[in-house]
Amino acid sequence: MSQAERAFAIDLEPERYEFRAVPMHQFALGRREFFKIFGAGLAVFAVAKDVSAMQETAPPGRGFHNEELPKEIGAWLHIGEDGTVTGFAGKAEIGQNIRTTLTQTIADELGVRFESVRMVLADTALTPFDAGTFGSRSTPTITPQLRRVSSAARDLLLEKAAKQWNVPVTKLVALDGKVTDPASGRSLRYAELAREDLRERQPPAQDPVKPASEWTIAGKPIPKVDAREFVTGAHRYTTDLRPDEMLRGKVLRPPSFGATLIAYDDSAAKNLPDVVIVRDGDFVGAAAPTVAAAEHALAVLKVQWKELPQISDREIFSYLKKNAQPSGEDRFRQTKGSVAEGMAAAAKKLEARYTVAYIAHAPLEPRAAVAQWTGDKLNVWMGTQRPFAVRDDLAAVFHVAEKNVRVIVPDTGSAYGGKHTSDAGMEAARLARAAGGRPVKLVWTREEEFTWAYFRPAGVIEVKSGVAADGKLSAWEFHNYHSGMSAIEPPYEVANLLTEYHQVPLVLRSGSYRGLAATANHFARETHMDALAHLAAMDPLEFRMNNLADARMRAVLEAGAKAFGWPRQKHTEGQGFGVAAGCEKGSYVATFAEISVDRKTGTVAVKKLVEAFECGAIVNPDGLRNQVVGAMIQGLGGALFEAIEFEKGRIGNAHFANYRVPRFRDVPEIEAILLDRKDLASAGAGETPIMAIAPSIGNAFYDATKVRLVNLPLRPELHLAG
Amino acid sequence: MAAGIELEVNGKRYTASYPPETPLLYVLRDELGLTGTKYGCGEGSCGACTVLINGAARRSCQISLSAAAGRPVTTIEGLEKNGVLHPVQQAFLDAGAFQCAYCTSGMIMSSVSLLKSNANPSKEQIVQSLQGNICRCGTHPRIIEAVQKAAGKQQEHAK
Repeated sequence: MSQAERAFAIDLEPERYEFRAVPMHQFALGRREFFKIFGAGLAVFAVAKDVSAMQETAPPGRGFHNEELPKEIGAWLHIGEDGTVTGFAGKAEIGQNIRTTLTQTIADELGVRFESVRMVLADTALTPFDAGTFGSRSTPTITPQLRRVSSAARDLLLEKAAKQWNVPVTKLVALDGKVTDPASGRSLRYAELAREDLRERQPPAQDPVKPASEWTIAGKPIPKVDAREFVTGAHRYTTDLRPDEMLRGKVLRPPSFGATLIAYDDSAAKNLPDVVIVRDGDFVGAAAPTVAAAEHALAVLKVQWKELPQISDREIFSYLKKNAQPSGEDRFRQTKGSVAEGMAAAAKKLEARYTVAYIAHAPLEPRAAVAQWTGDKLNVWMGTQRPFAVRDDLAAVFHVAEKNVRVIVPDTGSAYGGKHTSDAGMEAARLARAAGGRPVKLVWTREEEFTWAYFRPAGVIEVKSGVAADGKLSAWEFHNYHSGMSAIEPPYEVANLLTEYHQVPLVLRSGSYRGLAATANHFARETHMDALAHLAAMDPLEFRMNNLADARMRAVLEAGAKAFGWPRQKHTEGQGFGVAAGCEKGSYVATFAEISVDRKTGTVAVKKLVEAFECGAIVNPDGLRNQVVGAMIQGLGGALFEAIEFEKGRIGNAHFANYRVPRFRDVPEIEAILLDRKDLASAGAGETPIMAIAPSIGNAFYDATKVRLVNLPLRPELHLAG
Repeated sequence: MAAGIELEVNGKRYTASYPPETPLLYVLRDELGLTGTKYGCGEGSCGACTVLINGAARRSCQISLSAAAGRPVTTIEGLEKNGVLHPVQQAFLDAGAFQCAYCTSGMIMSSVSLLKSNANPSKEQIVQSLQGNICRCGTHPRIIEAVQKAAGKQQEHAK
């Protein structure tokens, strides 16, 4: 598949596990409020060019809300009278460091000090519409958008100064927050130039942004914005907010998924002082001055639930296979050549089946929201990746205009794709509706997190493949049942191809998770490639190279192999080495693993991980390294031991004590090699570095034991035969 | 309700009105407004709520208000002195040892406790003492590096 074809495939990627269809409505940016807050002295510029090309669109046809991005530069950028520059973006800071990289981007392009720029993020009343912080889209879409508006702003300021001094604009320099005329030495601060209304001005037709090779502030390892707030405990996450008169909310959860309320008696709770009880259909909740009081109110309610029969984790994979729906939709299927002919031409053939368990995001800050009504106006503070979608959901459910709902996202205690839905905000707002204008804070417990949030979907993947005598793939047929179609297309050259995604009705509530199904599809594909290499009696790295044309894929494999020392000689008993690689969302990864198997103690240890990663021009190498190493470590959990247990509509391991996540002792020696391609546009980096961890470890286990692991989690210690 | 329970937090005296069996975590966060100490699980499994009691790391979700009474409690808000960060806070800052940073308070409090009892811990000892603290963002290598840096700084000062 060519580069262009792959890009097209990525655009078609459905973020399919979203639960509430969101109504299509137009959004009028709350400009008046904006002016009120940020005061006079605004630089309100003319229309930014090419804005239409920059529109971030949510995946098509799934009830996602799309809006035109505002065209005025002033919607994205504000230069205050004191010289402070404020940038606006609808993205949420969830630990991925976007606040810092966007600050760098504006400072770099506008020519101001990093410290003079601050970002307003993810506030539906102040920031431009945004579909959501997902899909590694923040860097490739918002970074260039902010560069364009910054570039246009800088040029208008230059033009303004040029006119004032009557010198050609080309003789002037815009740097350090001022326009300078080097010939005469005079200068004007941006703040002074911006004081005049430039609304009628048109930006120049051609206005290229700085290439990465000329970046001075972007591209540098600048420490995280507000870092001091985080080490002193001063930062206020949603869970930390304490507005005056606040009540604490609790929701009465059903005993199992899908249970319905059939009897309800609130006589014992009704007369509790200072307690608000809400029953609305199957929703039951309480708000009170303390969590304990709200819990007590729920405890004295008399309720009865009707439960439903449910699928358990023991039968999930056969269920998924049996209940696959005939898709008939071309967007789920890709074909090229003839797999039958390719199989006929194969010297070696291999068919295999892989499974992937449900796993949980388990963000350390649980889902939480604070909601407050003032008449028919609703304010909600919430840790979410999709503030505008939450706003729309709230407006629809409470029958108020979208402009009356404001969703504000405090920098959030992580999400990993898990904070897309509006649940906590909806619950807090429902309780607050009955609380007479008092704000209600609702924080999910860890058990609620593990039970009522959504999961990375389980899946079954079947692969049929053939290799010709020359070690080239001759046929590749790949079916993913349920888990998703991210990165379902192989990066390898193969003439005869069929890939298909099969939808299955949901069993457990499922949704986005860092990398979506790319992790499942890479696990199956890269495990299968390893097995094919052994069948073809080729080195696994050599076998991949033999089937790869994509130069960026080859580059990460080469860089990783060099750092890891591939091929490596085994020096101790039980040693094993594995490799896996892939590309998704415009970035490339190759992971090399060393493991150690001790048959006597029955233990398997990951000793070392080396990962080479490339995402175009690096905006902040320090933040990127944190993201890449973090994804590698998080990936260890899903690779080795994370799995949701469920039966009768209940989660069997809804606690950190029995749902194991990676801890310090699980972390091996890690080396991350970041390839900086200043000649390429920056891609997002939050997801791809997680994809190749599991197959690299599984392949290393095969190298050590000749046992092939085909299920995630691998749980390798269970496969050490006597 | 009783007249209240005397509590000493960060050198200040408070009278807490929550019931005596209330976990200290909720008293700190909800009654005293010291929200730097985080709720992560309420089950003693994640370490986000770690505080110092008599100088030693404790899970504040696992100790009751009455049990904490009469013993000096230190939270993340109590580490900074006259605008100067504690060496462990400074080391976390210098190492960029956080991403979403929700675990950071607990990590820092556990590390302060470790360095009080062992001024020069080995990597294995750091791993051992932070094993109960969860970082979901996967920032573990930098956290270890930060603790080592802080230990080095403290050693220097001791000389």
